[in-house]
Amino acid sequence: MPAEMSGRAEVRASVAARRPRAAHIIGQNIGLVLAAAILLLSIIVFVAMFLIQQHRLPGNFEITSTVDNTMPLALAAIGQTIVVLTRGIDLSVGGVVDLTNALAAIYLAGSFTHMIVVAILVILVGAAAGLVNGLLVGLGRLQPIVVTLATLSIFQGLAIRVLPQPGGTVPDGVTAFLVNTNGPYALLFLALAALGWMALRRSRIGVAIFAVGNDEQAAIAHGVNAVRTKVIAYTIGGAMYALAGLFLAANATSGDATSGNVFTLTSIVATVLGGVSLFGGRGSALGSICGAFITTMIVNILFYAHINPLYQSFYEGLFLIIAVVLGAAIGGLVRRGRA
Amino acid sequence: MSAAAAAEPQAAAAIAARGVSKAFGGVQALRSASFAASGGEVHALVGENGAGKSTLIKILGGRIPADAGSILLDGRPVRFGGTAEAARHGVGTVFQELTLLPWMSVAENLLLGREPRSALGLIRRSALAPEAEAVLAGLGIHHIDPRALAAEVSLAERQIIEIARVVIRRPRILLLDEPTSSLVEREVEWLFARIRDLRSAGTAIVFTSHRWNEITSIADRITIFRNGAEVGTYTAIDEGEAITLMTGRRVEALYPKLPPVPADAPPALKLAQASLDGAGINGAGIDGAGALSFSLAAGEILGIGGLAGQGHRELFLGLFGAPPLKQGKISVGGRPTRIAHPADAIRAGLGIALVPEDRKSEGLLLPLSVRDNLTLPILGRLSQFGVIRGAVERRMSRDIISRLAIVTPGPAQPVGTLSGGNQQKVLVGRWLLAESRILLLYDVTRGVDVATKHEIYELMARLAGEGRAILFYSSDTEELAHLCHRVLVLRGGRIAAELAPPALDAEAIVAAAMREADEAHAG
Repeated sequence: MPAEMSGRAEVRASVAARRPRAAHIIGQNIGLVLAAAILLLSIIVFVAMFLIQQHRLPGNFEITSTVDNTMPLALAAIGQTIVVLTRGIDLSVGGVVDLTNALAAIYLAGSFTHMIVVAILVILVGAAAGLVNGLLVGLGRLQPIVVTLATLSIFQGLAIRVLPQPGGTVPDGVTAFLVNTNGPYALLFLALAALGWMALRRSRIGVAIFAVGNDEQAAIAHGVNAVRTKVIAYTIGGAMYALAGLFLAANATSGDATSGNVFTLTSIVATVLGGVSLFGGRGSALGSICGAFITTMIVNILFYAHINPLYQSFYEGLFLIIAVVLGAAIGGLVRRGRA
Repeated sequence: MSAAAAAEPQAAAAIAARGVSKAFGGVQALRSASFAASGGEVHALVGENGAGKSTLIKILGGRIPADAGSILLDGRPVRFGGTAEAARHGVGTVFQELTLLPWMSVAENLLLGREPRSALGLIRRSALAPEAEAVLAGLGIHHIDPRALAAEVSLAERQIIEIARVVIRRPRILLLDEPTSSLVEREVEWLFARIRDLRSAGTAIVFTSHRWNEITSIADRITIFRNGAEVGTYTAIDEGEAITLMTGRRVEALYPKLPPVPADAPPALKLAQASLDGAGINGAGIDGAGALSFSLAAGEILGIGGLAGQGHRELFLGLFGAPPLKQGKISVGGRPTRIAHPADAIRAGLGIALVPEDRKSEGLLLPLSVRDNLTLPILGRLSQFGVIRGAVERRMSRDIISRLAIVTPGPAQPVGTLSGGNQQKVLVGRWLLAESRILLLYDVTRGVDVATKHEIYELMARLAGEGRAILFYSSDTEELAHLCHRVLVLRGGRIAAELAPPALDAEAIVAAAMREADEAHAG
């Protein structure tokens, strides 16, 4: 509280001097900064291990496969982030990826126009799935965790109905277009997604998403339509999971109605690693993209450390806890330094 | 008293409520209430907590719909679907509970919905802070950093931002619900200067306040509310009459007579060589390391006074171990005691009641019942083999409710639905149940209406009479002067003055508190 001064008609400077602009930017984006730092660190560790064992730097193949393997998770994590920012959570990611992956594997084959139309329809199916979540959470005022747990099962069930056995074929053209194995061209799509995020951040609905996640009642008092905001956030989320499903299908060149299940948890992991607050209102999808790459790098590091694949999830969990604890500790130090 | 204004024709009113009713659960907040404010006037809405003022403002501002009745703008009935729609009709509202978004910057909060945009229609985030800076400067505010997060600025600054964000939208009708409760005098002057500007520009301004001198200094008309309906509208009325109308009874003497402290009263709490943290005078910090020592006797009410930022809050929280004092020896009942955690304080017989700055973060668990809130610290004592003895718990909480005259439909009522004053009583009651011998009361009467204040004062005198020791901080110096056996004025973490009757009065407290502040200004 500022010290009381004798009466003045104007409110004058009272407390600490202003912090420089850079301090604000870093302090207010500490989650993103930390995520980028952890990603950098994991890349350094990976390159070092690769160098020691292969006596060369990772080449085009390693980079391309890392990017291609991360793309579905990065896309799903962006969707998850948008939902989490509204102070929600989406457990149905796995189901939507399953469903869209299965649809893509079955219907994509055909002429170029046919593929484009089917891809758009698949994205619309994902958006519709998100819309269902959004309507139940927003209009129905139900707990996001309950709604999306239920719809997870429903979407998984639909996926099995669409594609009872793994199979289908994804035309080479699609694979070549989305996950060109000759180079990390998929980064282009990632850049597009990042640009899309930055545009969203600067749009009316983006501001509303952050406002609702900050304090729903306050946002309503500011004239924000909280119901519409949540519906839109879950719908965008669903569309992003569908994109993840398409990429997954292109990666595998065929479909599997259960291969998307892991994305429910990994998208949350990437979001947390990306420094997005699970309490909503704080964070950036750019951080979540970093988070997605961190999880891939951890897998890569474990591979070159010759860790028994059976113990892989054990170490993944361990790294996640270390990363989150470190992030919280550093974030706390930064906040204390600013207070 | 001139009640003639009440009969003024309502057609000319910029904003009017006619026969508005509203119920929350079983509580009837408004009973067919009517109200009208004209352009170019400042209209004060006064009444006790729970009289329906805030509810009326929420309805007029489009925040909540009315159950019955109509809202008229310039005589035409309107129905607002939300605050955005009200804003489109020129109604801007500063609600009592602050509505800033904590993890967004001051600039984002200020300009929400009217951000600077590029040709593509996207928000120019880099232009947010400069524009906010310019907007604030236009209102005479230079000290708030628009790049800071709302969560980082002080409560008073948050309140100023709330006001600014409504004022810059140039509302035709401005509704302010207790805009001054967290502002210091200088900031109130700033607000009133803005209000006068708006009034001369023809804006209708409706505001509520519990501070009578503010009401008389700015209001053109005063409407008194009681029990969810208007009592009348007046152009001139004195405080005594107003209180009588607000409460429906006469409050004879506001301050009770204090029972004297027995000469042989043992010291209940001793603090030696403590250091406090605080902003200090003009943010200069506090240097009084290890400089604070005092002793509080059983049956004594010891007041702590001084300007904001001198470490009062740190002292009260520190004595309760939340967090502990950085330095200092505490002895309770003559025995040296280490208080590192609230559990230590409770065990030592300390209880704390404070009005949290944002009213909901500390102290009470608002969604829980009155009973749960009362028995929280003594659940261990109430339990047998880990199971709470419900019958004992119910009996004890009923007993406290009647002893402190807590107005509640029953012990099972969620505390959050009670009025502010009754929430305070629940806090005090909690520590009585915990058999606290020492009560730390921190600004417990802030934002509480006159009648409830009176009840809290009487309760304090009675508790002191029972031999309990009370350490009392208040931002209201009159209260300190009338309710304390002694007052210590803090300045920079030191005791600047110790005042006792006959030298104890409000002027002496203010003088002792200000002396160094003036010196700092002169230097």
